[in-house]
Amino acid sequence: MNCDLCQTEKATIFFSQMVEGTLQKVNLCKCCADDKGVTDPTGFALADMLEGMGQQTSLDHPMNKDDLVCGSCGFSQTDFKKTGRFGCADCYHVFDEGLDGLLEAMHKHTQHVGKVPATFPDLPALPEADLHDLPPEPTRPNKLSELKEALSKSVEDEDYEEAARLRDAISQLETQHSES
Amino acid sequence: MRFSTLLKKPAEWMRTPGPESDIVMTSRVRLARNLVGHPFPGWARKEDRHLVMEAVRPVLEELVEMKDSFSEEMTKLTAIEKQVLVERHLISREHAAKGPGCGTVMNRKQTISVMINEEDHLRMQAIRPGLQLLSAYRALDQIDTQLEGELPYAFDHQYGYLTACPTNLGTGMRASAMLHLPGLVLSEQISQTIAGANKIGLAVRGLYGEGTEALANLFQISNQNTLGAKEEEIIAHLDRVIAQLIANEKNARMKILEDRPTMMQDQIGRAYAVLKFAHIISSKEALNHLSMIRLGCDLGFIPEEERETITVLLTEIQPAHLQISAKRKLSPEERDILRADIIRSSLNGLTPPDFSTILTERDNDDE
Repeated sequence: MNCDLCQTEKATIFFSQMVEGTLQKVNLCKCCADDKGVTDPTGFALADMLEGMGQQTSLDHPMNKDDLVCGSCGFSQTDFKKTGRFGCADCYHVFDEGLDGLLEAMHKHTQHVGKVPATFPDLPALPEADLHDLPPEPTRPNKLSELKEALSKSVEDEDYEEAARLRDAISQLETQHSES
Repeated sequence: MRFSTLLKKPAEWMRTPGPESDIVMTSRVRLARNLVGHPFPGWARKEDRHLVMEAVRPVLEELVEMKDSFSEEMTKLTAIEKQVLVERHLISREHAAKGPGCGTVMNRKQTISVMINEEDHLRMQAIRPGLQLLSAYRALDQIDTQLEGELPYAFDHQYGYLTACPTNLGTGMRASAMLHLPGLVLSEQISQTIAGANKIGLAVRGLYGEGTEALANLFQISNQNTLGAKEEEIIAHLDRVIAQLIANEKNARMKILEDRPTMMQDQIGRAYAVLKFAHIISSKEALNHLSMIRLGCDLGFIPEEERETITVLLTEIQPAHLQISAKRKLSPEERDILRADIIRSSLNGLTPPDFSTILTERDNDDE
């Protein structure tokens, strides 16, 4: 692997840093590293350097073929797991699978009922908007079984972080269920 | 408006009292908004951030509420100037660390401030003295409504306003009140109070937000859930909890005065002595003593006129404010000296706390 800066020397120094919530990596040769002050950790900000390099070495974009990616902004599911934030407004539709479980754990509800911009087209005439006013019982077993399925899958995949999140979402649902 | 002009006057909320302002210092409401078609700031490239800034900033500056505003790109501000804005709660600590393509716009009275390209494209805040969450929200709502006509907001009928972090979805609203709770701290009820608030979906944080220490017995309480309730409902819930906290704090104070009046006198008297005569004082020590003087005002041991001085001092003695007033960078040691100087001169006319009301009661007990 050659140095990202001079592109000629062999890279011997590999540098990673969280920049605005995403992991950025740079590979440098000894000469460029000294030049950029990488060896002095206090004075080196990867962000500044990437800025100058047009972010061409932002290696955080998915390598993994299975990784779901937002077509609008290039943000991946892996990025979301890392940062807990989305890349753009469209990501909410690209990554909406499992999102409701996450939102229920965070907010207890998944349907917005507050202010709507006046400029926004009215909701299509579906009864969806009233759903939250109705007793949500009928949807619950479904939701619960979906979550449980996802939980056993994440345990199989050894994704324990995801599993812990799902476990909490399930127990919350079950408590709500038993309360109502 | 220039930065120096902005600084000359303390923020409006420091000078005008509000409802319940003996316990509630300020009410703040913030709304998070994003534009369609641009990546969120944390994922955006520098050029994207500049595009958003160019779209948003002129619209903000045109608002009637923002007439004669202070508007600047973050890269044009010095580290100390940014820190001053953080100390005044006009921008977040995270925003102060932002670089190219990020900016801030605020009105002269410092009651409305907008961060451009913080975690979301727009983070707007309204701040009011005392307990006035609804009034703060109404002011912000009005601005938001004007903006939505000019800027294409990212909105979804299920998820509401789309935000970079799903914890802000829905209303995108965080309402918070800064409470002065020395009674609950002194009577060691504060941890259970915080735990109780957490249980009902509210967050309690220190003076400068997430992960900061509770200095000067000041606590910020705010809603955690933003999706699934109307803005007014979220605020009404907070208002009810805050009313309860105010009652608890008042009870705690009365109970201390009854059970341990000498301890209370000692705390306030000691704070007076240190602030009046110290020549070197750290931020933390000063803030905690100022809290006791403020409590002295609430309980009538210290003249009410001193309250504004104390409120202004809470901000003025912080590191960046000191360095602005010294017009140079100061070492921590130099700051501690300047801080003590400023406090001594501000409290120059302050007479010793008058505890006669308590003393009489104790004399009665002896008889």
